[in-house]
Amino acid sequence: MTRRAGVFVCHCGTNIAATVDVKRVAAELARDAGVVFSNDYVYMCSDPGQQSVIDAIREHNLDSVVISCCSPNLHEKTFREASSQGGLNPFQCEIANIREQCAWVHKDRDEATTKAVKITRSAVERARRNQPLTPIGLPVTRKVMVIGGGIAGIQSALDLANAGLDVVLVEKQPTIGGHMIQLSETFPTLDCSQCILSPKMVEVSKHPKITLMTSSEVTSVSGFVGNFKIKVHTKAQYVDPDKCKLCDDCTAVCPVVVPNEYDVGLNDRRAIFIPFAQAIPASYYLDPESCLGLNPVVCGKCANVCEADAIDYDAKPKDSEIDVGAIVVATGFDLYAKDKMAEYGGGKYPDVLDGIQFERMCSASGPTGGQVLRPSDHEEPKTVVFVQCSGSRDPAQHCVYCSKICCMYTAKHATLYKHHVPNGRAYVFYIDIRSGGKGYEEFVQRAMERDGVIYLRGRVSKIYQSKGKLKVLGVDTLAGKNVEIDADMVVLAQAMVPSKGTTEVAKALKIGRDKDGFLAEAHPKLRPVESVTGGIFLTGAAQAPKDIPETVCQASAAASKVIALLSKPELEHSPVVARVRESHCTGCEMCVDVCPFEAITLVEGKAHVNEVLCEGCGTCVGTCVRAAIDVKNVTQLQVFEMLEACMGGE
Amino acid sequence: MQDAAAAKHDAQEFEPKVVAFLCKWCSSAGSDLAGVSRLKYPANAVPIQVMCSGSVSPIYILSAFNKGADGVLVSGCHPGDCHYLKGNYYARRRIFLVQKLLQFIGVEPDRFRMSWVSAAEGVKYAEVITDFVNDLKALGPQTKLKAKR
Repeated sequence: MTRRAGVFVCHCGTNIAATVDVKRVAAELARDAGVVFSNDYVYMCSDPGQQSVIDAIREHNLDSVVISCCSPNLHEKTFREASSQGGLNPFQCEIANIREQCAWVHKDRDEATTKAVKITRSAVERARRNQPLTPIGLPVTRKVMVIGGGIAGIQSALDLANAGLDVVLVEKQPTIGGHMIQLSETFPTLDCSQCILSPKMVEVSKHPKITLMTSSEVTSVSGFVGNFKIKVHTKAQYVDPDKCKLCDDCTAVCPVVVPNEYDVGLNDRRAIFIPFAQAIPASYYLDPESCLGLNPVVCGKCANVCEADAIDYDAKPKDSEIDVGAIVVATGFDLYAKDKMAEYGGGKYPDVLDGIQFERMCSASGPTGGQVLRPSDHEEPKTVVFVQCSGSRDPAQHCVYCSKICCMYTAKHATLYKHHVPNGRAYVFYIDIRSGGKGYEEFVQRAMERDGVIYLRGRVSKIYQSKGKLKVLGVDTLAGKNVEIDADMVVLAQAMVPSKGTTEVAKALKIGRDKDGFLAEAHPKLRPVESVTGGIFLTGAAQAPKDIPETVCQASAAASKVIALLSKPELEHSPVVARVRESHCTGCEMCVDVCPFEAITLVEGKAHVNEVLCEGCGTCVGTCVRAAIDVKNVTQLQVFEMLEACMGGE
Repeated sequence: MQDAAAAKHDAQEFEPKVVAFLCKWCSSAGSDLAGVSRLKYPANAVPIQVMCSGSVSPIYILSAFNKGADGVLVSGCHPGDCHYLKGNYYARRRIFLVQKLLQFIGVEPDRFRMSWVSAAEGVKYAEVITDFVNDLKALGPQTKLKAKR
């Protein structure tokens, strides 16, 4: 126990001093046994404030320090650093939070001051029993796993690889590209999506630092920042990408016809196929689900015609274990299922499309070769209704949030439609137009003014089929009238939801999700690309709905965070870990059972803590019936002394 | 002087003493948010930050009552959201046992409460404290476990 504690009470301008009598706090603490220095200052976090800590430590030979100020989440690091400059071990400095947890939440000056004294005194009791600690050094694996091969994952992987790190890019589908490769053009420039993405995909496939694992999924993750162990399951690769010559002979003979996922069911594919011409890896792919049978082989036509001998029906799935230092999660989004929009006839009428189906239709590589045609009769639609916020901003029935990109892509869809069918009529139903972004507002204005798209402010209540037309019932709130449109085709701007499998990935990685199911960032403003788990980073639409430029930004941001993390030769692990009092331990193993990190094992009949695995949560402390285990600097004795301080005085 | 203070104290409403064990990741952060949002709640509860609600040993709770607490709150992350994966599940199981024990020794089990307050729930934290303090006022001082000294 230390004998020469120092207390520093911060006014924080008037933030604290307006409610708490800081001078009285300092004066009361000065009278406590073991406190040899107690003072107040207007801004402790300012340079002179920090200097006063350093000077007092030296001048009064302080052996522990308490700063009574804002939340430790803000300035704990600052003051531990200052204490260390003064010659103390940083762990002998504690923060008493008298701002967020006291001054800001109370009105009565007397009550708030009394509480501030208790909080500060309790921190002093803790600090006086703190031990000097040194962070535990950990070796780092200089390799990164990127999960998800859409634009987010591709950008992160390329940035990381170009910085010289080894990257493993894991993608669930047989090719990388994600949703971006399905798009026809991108707003607001109308760049061809494939043309700007495929060079990056090629770069991924040729990059010596990137290992690409397609048709693969992460099944489990263990370890911690700097040292993760990841199990990846790769589906059987019946077509060897190294041998496949892309001749198309196999597809020509395959008798199976199933809907093509890449074109969202607008056309068909065979059981052996290439998702699209620029697929990476550039190879055909045999889908065992739709194939007539592989074990035993039912048909076998594709292998018969394959001159390159690339098809192996006996291929087996593979499980690999990969060691990495950091993980970037880029698992992307799906559209909110169209058939959930019963009021709009989603999933019921073939001419009610979702956004991605319309993208495929506009795309030169799409099912119609870039022509806009009604799926039901392949006629050119003369009247098209675009419905924004379909499933978004609808807390009563669907998603509560705004999907952010739909205003822009609907303007693009309507523009593209008018380019394809200049004499057609395009109507857009909207609640608000949200077009924040460089060149975005101008793009929407162009759609309205130059391309003559008709914008109607209001929601659509119902869509039904009548006499070969889609009857769209809605309201124009600006004109104050009900609107009825006989449409040939309807495009629903469906909400974005986390991609299928996000739950499983989040579970395997042990990272949180927000109320809407998107991956949760560590701090909404200041740590937007980090998960709460050290070494796991988030990017792209898996974290929240966002457009391509924002996704690319975030992907590069996540990559730079990883680069910073892995640039150190060693990582520091918090030394606030559990310690066993062997004399009290009976080897009952209750702590072994409850430890969430499997950090405790029984060695020669006594509990033993692996300090590298221990996160210092103290679940073991709450469990041990003999008080034989403690977390360093949060020991049970310290808690009892803190309780005494909290209860003391009237 | 002291008598006058005591008389004044008696005349006033009973002010319960409360200890609030807050987990670092959710409830302490939620309590910080209550401050940042400038919400107001009674000053009766003194917070003690712990790493995880799962680290709160039943002894801590009994010790708090012994040292004169009229109420003890343990607040952690929502079930399923524990920063340490499952610490709050252990806390939840223990709470049940401690409440049974308190009942057995004749302390109102409601003097000991657990709440789930996430880092985003400043409003909820203020409500939890306000409700708890009001309920404790109705219960009156806790004397059963308080050390006589």
